[in-house]
Order: sequence, then C-alpha cells, then structure tokens
Amino acid sequence: MDIQELIENFELFDDWEDKYRYLIDLGEHLPQLPPALHSEEWKVSGCQSQVWLVPDVIEEAGKKLINFRGDSDAAIVKGIIAIVLSIFTHKTPQQIKEIEVENIFAKLGLSEHLSPSRRNGLGAMTEKIRYYASIL
Amino acid sequence: MYDINEIRKDFPILNIQINGKPNTFLDTAASAQKPQCVIDTLVRVYSGTYANVHRGSYYLSEQITGLYEQAREIIKTFINAASSHEIIYTRNATEAFNLIAYSWGRNFLKTGDEVLISEAEHHANLIPWQILRDELGIKLKIFKIANDGSYIEDEYLKLLNEKTKLVSVTAMSNVLGTVFPIKKMVSQAHKVGALFAVDACQYAVHRQIDVQDWDCDFLAFSGHKTYGPSGVGVLYGKMSVLEQMLPYQVGGDMVDTVSFEHTTYALPPSRFEAGTPAIVDAIALGSALKYMMNIGWARLEAHEQDLIVYASQQLQEIAGLKIIGTAPDKGGVFSFDLNGIHAQDVAFILDKEGVSIRTGHHCAEPLVKRMGYNSLARASIGLYTSREDIDRFIQALYKVSSFF
Ligand SMILES: Cc1ncc(COP(=O)(O)O)c(C=O)c1O
Repeated sequence: MDIQELIENFELFDDWEDKYRYLIDLGEHLPQLPPALHSEEWKVSGCQSQVWLVPDVIEEAGKKLINFRGDSDAAIVKGIIAIVLSIFTHKTPQQIKEIEVENIFAKLGLSEHLSPSRRNGLGAMTEKIRYYASIL
Repeated sequence: MYDINEIRKDFPILNIQINGKPNTFLDTAASAQKPQCVIDTLVRVYSGTYANVHRGSYYLSEQITGLYEQAREIIKTFINAASSHEIIYTRNATEAFNLIAYSWGRNFLKTGDEVLISEAEHHANLIPWQILRDELGIKLKIFKIANDGSYIEDEYLKLLNEKTKLVSVTAMSNVLGTVFPIKKMVSQAHKVGALFAVDACQYAVHRQIDVQDWDCDFLAFSGHKTYGPSGVGVLYGKMSVLEQMLPYQVGGDMVDTVSFEHTTYALPPSRFEAGTPAIVDAIALGSALKYMMNIGWARLEAHEQDLIVYASQQLQEIAGLKIIGTAPDKGGVFSFDLNGIHAQDVAFILDKEGVSIRTGHHCAEPLVKRMGYNSLARASIGLYTSREDIDRFIQALYKVSSFF
C-alpha cells in the first residue's frame, strides 16, 4: 500500500481505538522476516521493543533503489514499521534523504509516536534508514 | 484514618488529564510525584534565601547553610542514623554506589576478595562491582533468588564466606517487590567480617528504615523517589567506615587545608561533597521526608498494604495475567505479563487511557532475563495511589486484552 492510501485510510477513523486496531492489523500483515535476519546485525538499537530493519539494494532502469524489510516483537511498533516501510521502501537514497517523516505521521494522526523519548524507536528507525541510504 | 482524598490534594499533578482521561500515575517506583510543600520549598528558598552554602559570612549564606544542614538532620531522623555527619549528599543512589565502589572499594579490596550481591539488583548496584572486578581482580558473587522472587537464605549463606568483603543488596526489588530480611543478612555478613551496603531506593519510599537497628555499613536512596526533587540523593555510611575512606571527587568544599604541595581532607561528610551541591533540592528533600514522616509510617504502610492486597486480587482475576514476583513479603510494585502481549503494547494502550506504567528491563536486565522476559510491564504505587487508580488500571488492562 502506498503512503497516500494509508493516510486516506487513517482519515476514516475518528477514535484512537480504531486507529490502533488498524495499526496492529497492518503489522500483522507485514511479510514475515526470515528468522535468520532476526540478528544483531539488523537490529535497530534505541527501541524499547526489538526492531529489525533489513535494506536490499536493487537496480531499476539504471537507478539504485533501496527496499526495506522489517519486523518487531511488539505489535503496535510492527504497525509503525509497516508504515515506515511504505514511506521509505523502493526509493533512491536521495529521495530517502528528503522525506519528512514528521509531516507524514502528523497527517496520519500518530504524532505521539514522534516523541523524543523514542520509546517506540520511530526516530531510531528513521535514523537507521537514512544511515543505510547514505552508505549503500 | 488515612484520608486518601486529602492526601491527593497535596499533589497538584494528580489533577491533570492525560489524553482526556484522569491522570492514573502508576510509575512511582521510577520517580514519585511531588507534594505542594516540596514545590513551595523550592520556590520559597529561591525567592527568599538563596546563596551558596558553607562559603560566605553574610546573612543569606548563613540562612541557607542552616536550611541545608537542617535537611541533613531530617534525613538523619528519617533513617535513624547516629549522627548527621554520616549523611552524605549525592546526586542520586547511582552516584552513592559509585562513591562506595570508588572511595571504599578501590582502597580496601584486593585480588581474590569477594563482593556479594543478589540476582535482583539494579544496574546501579551491579555495574560498579563489575568494573572493580575487572580492575582489581576481585570476584563478584551473585546469590540466587527463587522463581517467585523470594529470598532464599541458603543461597545467600552458600556464597557468604571469609573472602566476602562486602555484601550489597537491595532492601526491596524494583522489579519484583521482594523485601529482603536486611537486619538478619547484615548480622550474618558481619560474622564473616564483611561490610554491608543496602540499596534502599525502593524500600525508603514504602517502609521505615532504621540503620542503627539494621547495623548496615552503607545505605543509599534517591530523593526523587521519596517525593523529593531530582538531582539529590543520600549515602549513609557508618562514621567508623567513612573516616577511613578517601575522597570520591576532589575540588572545592571538601578540604581541610590546601597548599600547592599538599591537601588534607575535611572530615566526613564534607570530604565526599566536592563542589557546590544541589542546595535547594537538598532542602526540599528535607520537606519531602518531613511530609512522609508527618503522615506517619504506620498509616502510610497500612494504606499501601491495603492497596497491594486489593490490586493483587483484581489482577489475578484477569484471564492470562501473570504477576512476576509474588514473594510473601513484597512492596507495591507489580511486574506482570498479560497473555504474552509485548509490554510496550500494553503500555501504549494504557497510556491512551491515562494510565502511566513502566516497561522494559527496569535497569535490571539480568533479573528480567532471569525471570524469562526481555521486557516487562510494571505498575507501582505510592502514598497517593487510590483504589480508583487501581480500578482504572484494571479496566484499561481489560481494554488491552480486547485488542489482541
Ligand atoms: C532498586 C533501585 N536501585 C537503584 C536505583 C537507581 O536510582 P537513581 O537512578 O535515582 O540513581 C533505582 C531506580 O530506578 C532502583 O529502583
């Protein structure tokens, strides 16, 4: 699902419960990350739950694009990962650098996940994605 | 009679709303909310009596030094120390343990000596000893607790021997609530010639301490957990032990005489209080402890005991909820697992309902792992917690269950 579609879906909910149920649902539908990739190497530190992000570089029409896969042991964070992936996956490193996640999460009505305590690691995930974009 | 509604009026923050819901604050074990008298003291001292302490010979400096030393007297009374000279101001309990490790450990421990702690220790009472182990070649011994979090005397005695030079144990676990029988443990440690340090961070919030009755050699707690400001903590040390220790940090305010060639150190506690301290915070800590003592230990403990029983019953009725830490003698912390739902998911949804709890490893990672978890949810109570708080918490937990 692309991010525009997600924003439209989130606009349909007027209470937090429905929003969170949908978020959890998004997480449940995230493609499985193979167990071997649940390793220290792909772990994002700075999250209260365990979070893994795996970048895959591909070439398309002579352009370098990065796809991401991800997982978490916590359900709501897994939903957040699903959103993060739909924001960042299949983009060029330059596009990744320019995306403003804050705006998107505000539009989704999930701004509380931007809190600087990084309790859910959204900040840490974004940093890690930008880091991969800068080195790959 | 304990009028919880009157008590709650003393804590302005309890009136705020969180996500449009009443503030149900169940994270007192991490840091307590502050009564108005503590907030007033901070404002009053900064507005009317502020200067540096122990320095100037002018009115304000004398006034504030008086208040600062009075607070030390209050702390002395709070833990029943023999003298206020045995009360050292620190930043928090973490600094207190680092001070013991540095000023006592580095001077008195040698290769082959043993430091004994429990499995239930906070990182603050673990990492300083790991560092000494690696630097000095001492051994760090860790005695086991039971699966329900209970203390097992045999496990303690098994590791206590003539090589043990220091036992350092929490009086109440911040994860499991387990209360350790400190008095008896101290006397057993002294029999083999070991000193005993008590981590009273949690215990000090809930129960009366008597360091002379316990006969412990050190005891530490943090002001921010006992309803006082953050930035100030306490290390108690027996004078006979403190006298033999070298300074922790060096600089101003901790010396007797200084020349460019040589320095003689001041007597305790000044020896361990280099530099300008958290002056006003220390004074306000005095107000907080006075507030607790004015309520009275018997009433405070009875109120909390009632809540512990009430909360335990309610929690046990929730399908799939398991309380982690069910020692017969436990304080007001409830770590729990709800149907294997990740602690963070539990906390996110509770937060939406205005209920604040802690998640993660609670700075006691080896303990949480030992109990079989990567992350635990924990609710904890304080003297202002009401039955309504528990009810809202329980309702919110049912809501969590409905999501998964
Ligand atoms: C049992 C115990 N020991 C030590 C500490 C450390 O306290 P502080 O962070 O105030 O130094 C805590 C606080 O979480 C605690 O609960």
